[in-house]
Amino acid sequence: MSNETKVPTMAELFAEGKQPEVLFWVGCAGSFDDRAKKITKAFVKILQSAKVSFAVLGTEESCTGDPAKRAGNEFLFQMQAVTNIEVMNAYGIKKVVTACPHCFNTLKNEYPGLGGDYDVVHHTQFLSQLLTDGRITMEGGKYKGKRITFHDPCYLGRANNVYEAPRELIQKLDAELVEMKNCKKRGLCCGAGGAQMFKEPEKGNKDVNIERTEQALETQPEIIAAACPFCNTMMTDGVKNKEKEAAIAVMDIAELIASAQDL
Amino acid sequence: MVGLLPQILFGVILVAGIGYFARNVKRLSRNIKLGKDVDVSDNKPQRWKNMARIALGQTKMVVRPIAGFLHVIVYVGFIIINIEVLEIIIDGLFGTHRVFAPLGTIYNVLIGSFEILAFLVIIAVVVFWLRRNIIRIKRFLNPEMKGWPKQDGNLILYIELILMFLFLTMNGADYQLQQLGAEHYTVAGSFPVSQYIAVLFQGVSESSLILIERTAWWLHIVGILLFLNYLYYSKHLHILLAFPNTYYGKLKPKGQFPNLEAVTAEVKLMMDPSADPFAAPAEDAADPEKFGASDVMDLNWVQLLNAYTCTECGRCTSECPANQTGKKLSPRKIMMDTRDRLEEVGKNIEANKGTFTDDNKQLLGDYISHEEIWACTSCNACVEACPVSIDPLSIIMDMRQYLVMEQSAAPSDLNNMMGNIENNGAPWPFNQMDRLNWVEES
Repeated sequence: MSNETKVPTMAELFAEGKQPEVLFWVGCAGSFDDRAKKITKAFVKILQSAKVSFAVLGTEESCTGDPAKRAGNEFLFQMQAVTNIEVMNAYGIKKVVTACPHCFNTLKNEYPGLGGDYDVVHHTQFLSQLLTDGRITMEGGKYKGKRITFHDPCYLGRANNVYEAPRELIQKLDAELVEMKNCKKRGLCCGAGGAQMFKEPEKGNKDVNIERTEQALETQPEIIAAACPFCNTMMTDGVKNKEKEAAIAVMDIAELIASAQDL
Repeated sequence: MVGLLPQILFGVILVAGIGYFARNVKRLSRNIKLGKDVDVSDNKPQRWKNMARIALGQTKMVVRPIAGFLHVIVYVGFIIINIEVLEIIIDGLFGTHRVFAPLGTIYNVLIGSFEILAFLVIIAVVVFWLRRNIIRIKRFLNPEMKGWPKQDGNLILYIELILMFLFLTMNGADYQLQQLGAEHYTVAGSFPVSQYIAVLFQGVSESSLILIERTAWWLHIVGILLFLNYLYYSKHLHILLAFPNTYYGKLKPKGQFPNLEAVTAEVKLMMDPSADPFAAPAEDAADPEKFGASDVMDLNWVQLLNAYTCTECGRCTSECPANQTGKKLSPRKIMMDTRDRLEEVGKNIEANKGTFTDDNKQLLGDYISHEEIWACTSCNACVEACPVSIDPLSIIMDMRQYLVMEQSAAPSDLNNMMGNIENNGAPWPFNQMDRLNWVEES
């Protein structure tokens, strides 16, 4: 492993008496899910190329408690939250970035009431800020003119009113952003939220991710852009179900940017 | 004395109508107060703004342009035409006729615009009826709309239609009487719509015209009073409750679910190294609070106000991903069930001299099934879709809390997920010590 890809942990920096600009909250999917790990790496590559001083909690990170809370287990959620807050407060964390809208929502909205007050941003917001500050430059090149549709994650969009940051980034790639019939405030869920990711769906006539994939396919995209590891899984499964995986890629915004920059 | 009879009769009807309505408002407020207290005293300026924008300004109605536009017509018509009701009440009580007539041109403009609005309302109501019964828009056909809710929806349209026709008939007959120079019928008002009704009255005798005019006048005002009292028994309470409901609507980001304080206390105790785990509870300690909700009394009063405010338009259900893919969950049904159960509890209280007597029923299980509760993706589409700031998701989440924390009745997949979080800090069975392995993997 080269030094270039060294990912510092808070513990290491703390030992050196350093405080990073931002804590990258990797999340469980970003740490363990094979597909989501690629998103994590892509985002890290961008952070490194932009020379952002960041660190991760590594083995000190634990589930935010989001799926427990949405499943109704407030007790487990608060146990997780209090433990995480203790760790983060001990390191004097001020700013947090995460590539998972569920972690983002929980850290940003539900932790302050339990003593965890941080400036929390989603990675699309963070990337958009890096762009504005001139810390990264983006040239479409590879994605110029490509038809890309963006699937709004519920916990980024409706839950927190972030609609523009991911779209700005797609447009900066010189891609052709095509909207689905249900987008932004009326975006249809991928089917994973509310702890559905971890259980079989109730009886119905279709799976939610298939319905959403059909809406995405209507726009005849070359790429379906996502901004959530769970949406990514659901949409990828949907595209496979429609046997379109050879023609249509499901990619996270961070992956699009990293690959446009040949990182 | 005989001359005063209509005035006395009018007074009696008016007092009875308003009195019965007041009685229903009392019931309504008693039932809503069965809910738990919740602090909604924060950020008043934003709350007033929301009410002005969402309820008064109808901003969320017009998200769906056709229904929204038609609704604005009926809404504006309803409010403006009620100025006319004020005149009718004064005339009825004091035996005057068109008491505002001395306003002259203003009066003509007012009556003229009432007529045009009444005509537009008739068109809107007819289109609404067609949408429900002929075009059969999907969201009006869900299983929860069978029976009474369907009849209720149509009945409201019929009442509105009849009231508008009575208003125009009254004006038409009045206009014809004015032209005949009938005593008492001073020349006043302009009649852009009812002049065409007046044409039908040509050749009708003055006494018959007076009979028609009086009949329409009386039926119109009695109809309005009946409609006022019908509200409590129908889905139509939204015309009043949309205002407080949008005022008390959620201000925080939609993704922010409240942290249960009762749980925070327990968690703090668990995390406190100096706490004695075997300490007996204090003598005067209250019973431990029930976690989550299984019945209407466990919900907070804003959630109960939500239930009475729901007008069953079904926009929530039509946007719900679970419902769209054929699952049993319908956010509208959650609200309708909550109201039905609350009404049942209210009647129970009335029948038992003011105290609720256990009826071996509850909202969860007897009205809302577990299957519905677990089908939700918590995506907030229903909350976003509601034109009057109702939050069905909060009720679903409170019920999940009850199922998990009081009953340990989560689906087994979710129990596995929660077990993993408890044991290794992730929803999947991975070792916490492997969290950073991705760095080394290529």
